Amino acid sequence: MTPEVVPDGGPQRSAVRRRRPLTFDRISFMVVFLGLPLAVFVIFVVSPFVQALWYSLTDWSGFSSKMNFVGFDNYVRLFHDDIFLKAVRNNIELAVVVPIVTIVLALTLATLVTIGGSGTGTVRGLRNSGFYRIVSFFPYVIPAIVIGLIWAQVFTPSTGILDALLSKVGLKGFADYAWLGDARTAMPASMFVMIWGFVGFYMVLFIAAIRGIDPEVFEAARIDGAGRFRTAVSLTLPLIRDNVQTAYVYLGIAALDAFVYMQALNPGGGPQNSTLVMPQQLFTTAFAKGQFGYSTAMGVILAAVTMLFALLVFTVNWLTGGRDRKVRR
Amino acid sequence: MTTTTADRAEFVAESRVPGKGSREGRGVATTAHIALILWSLLVILPLVWTVLSSFKSTQEVLGNPLSLPGKLRFSNYAHAWTTAGIGRYFTNTVIVVGCALVLVMILGAMCAYVLARFTFRGNRLIYYSMLAGLTFPVFLAIVPLFFVLKNLSLLNTLPGLIITYVAFALPFTVFFLHSFFKALPGEIYEAAQIDGAGEWRTFFSVMLPMARPGMASVAIFNFLGLWNQFLLPVALNTDSRNYVLSQGMASFASQAGYAVDFGALFAAVVITVAPVLVVYIIFQRQLQVSVTAGGVK
Repeated sequence: MTPEVVPDGGPQRSAVRRRRPLTFDRISFMVVFLGLPLAVFVIFVVSPFVQALWYSLTDWSGFSSKMNFVGFDNYVRLFHDDIFLKAVRNNIELAVVVPIVTIVLALTLATLVTIGGSGTGTVRGLRNSGFYRIVSFFPYVIPAIVIGLIWAQVFTPSTGILDALLSKVGLKGFADYAWLGDARTAMPASMFVMIWGFVGFYMVLFIAAIRGIDPEVFEAARIDGAGRFRTAVSLTLPLIRDNVQTAYVYLGIAALDAFVYMQALNPGGGPQNSTLVMPQQLFTTAFAKGQFGYSTAMGVILAAVTMLFALLVFTVNWLTGGRDRKVRR
Repeated sequence: MTTTTADRAEFVAESRVPGKGSREGRGVATTAHIALILWSLLVILPLVWTVLSSFKSTQEVLGNPLSLPGKLRFSNYAHAWTTAGIGRYFTNTVIVVGCALVLVMILGAMCAYVLARFTFRGNRLIYYSMLAGLTFPVFLAIVPLFFVLKNLSLLNTLPGLIITYVAFALPFTVFFLHSFFKALPGEIYEAAQIDGAGEWRTFFSVMLPMARPGMASVAIFNFLGLWNQFLLPVALNTDSRNYVLSQGMASFASQAGYAVDFGALFAAVVITVAPVLVVYIIFQRQLQVSVTAGGVK
């Protein structure tokens, strides 16, 4: 908002945007409308992020005012911290597996709903599929912490419903199996819970994207003799690849967080830290041990990994042909 | 994965015998229904089991997990609501989420409107820093944020939590509404100005009502996001009297692990989930429209 008033007798350029006079109405408007939200944003979002970068270079313990600049010592320490490195590996594992499985499942279900209908000539949506859409979406409206708590109960040995069902169908070996207490299954079980929570939302998203495709495209494919499977893989997928990319980025970011789910399923990080994630380690280091400088360094690494991940997804999408999608459309 | 193989088989069959398309198509539809029913069961069964368990006594919970509750023990709900403090957490959550939602919608709409419809130096910079605020993990900010609130004496208070919720929901709100305000026709603004409306009048009586569909969508997303918020309250609101539902649930569950009142734990879960689930089922059409609008952008 620069008071750059164009004088009346100024050059008669066909000014597309004329400067409006600065009245009290306009000034008060700008101050309140821009100033108020920005103040909140700067104080509570921007400033903590900037401060974090500085704190990560100190040995600050928070409650004392003593704070020494230690350069990159925190980062060097992090790269020798076996527990933290384990958490980084777990996060990366999550960021690879959870988005892929979620997207494959969501796409499969969305495809079944949209082009699974019966019919000879045209590709039709499945009849009465509204019910599936509504039910699949349930997990999205359930708080993540509650999703975690419900599944923690389901997975509980002997009193959980999963072991009971498995032994009912004859798999007696699972009658007392601790899914979350065994280092072999703790991570897959946790991944499953996250996927269970995510699929419905992306299914609805993909259904909308597929419905947005011109039906004539499907007709043409049908006339050319493409079956449903073929249509889904070589027609639908390329046409909604932007949606898939967005979904991949969101899911990856969620998987790099995973804090709530892991806190509900295995607050301590699981057997042999098999489900420990960076945010959990950061939280403990900061609020239980009071090592604020060290924990913010973890936060910086987490942010860096998140950014790298997003960059990687965009690059891969671009390299594999996302760049010429405009031509194909 | 059985469905995909079935689909492939169906494709082969269909191309060989063109005349039998209709029956084959019905086969695909049946397969699709079966797959979707299986997934729906996977979603519903844990929830049904939770509801059933919420009526059980602790002995029953620790007994056979497949059994039905002997009788409907509503006392579990009473216990969860009062003794376990879920009632208190519920009230806190309604206060915090309600206030934060109203505030973030107003502030977000104002900011998005200015950014979308006024040109001034720094406009882009503000917009992109909002976008960055949307992508950066909150965990990076959480420790300094703790001390920002502490210095403002807002730590462990509901107003402190409300303002933090507003701040972290703001980038999303602005980002989403920006495109809505951008799409509004400029002539209407001009017309309002010519009719003598000031900037304030123009916004509140003309522009804001026109952005109502966008506001509704964002409000739904913000409501769910804030209602489910976990990290911010756990880190910044450690006074148990001020707990919100999500953290209250977590702390209740970690206690119940040993000192046990499993029936009440399941009841607490139902109390937390039921209101939002009911609201969802009533408004599901509107919500799915919102998801679509948000996702396509």
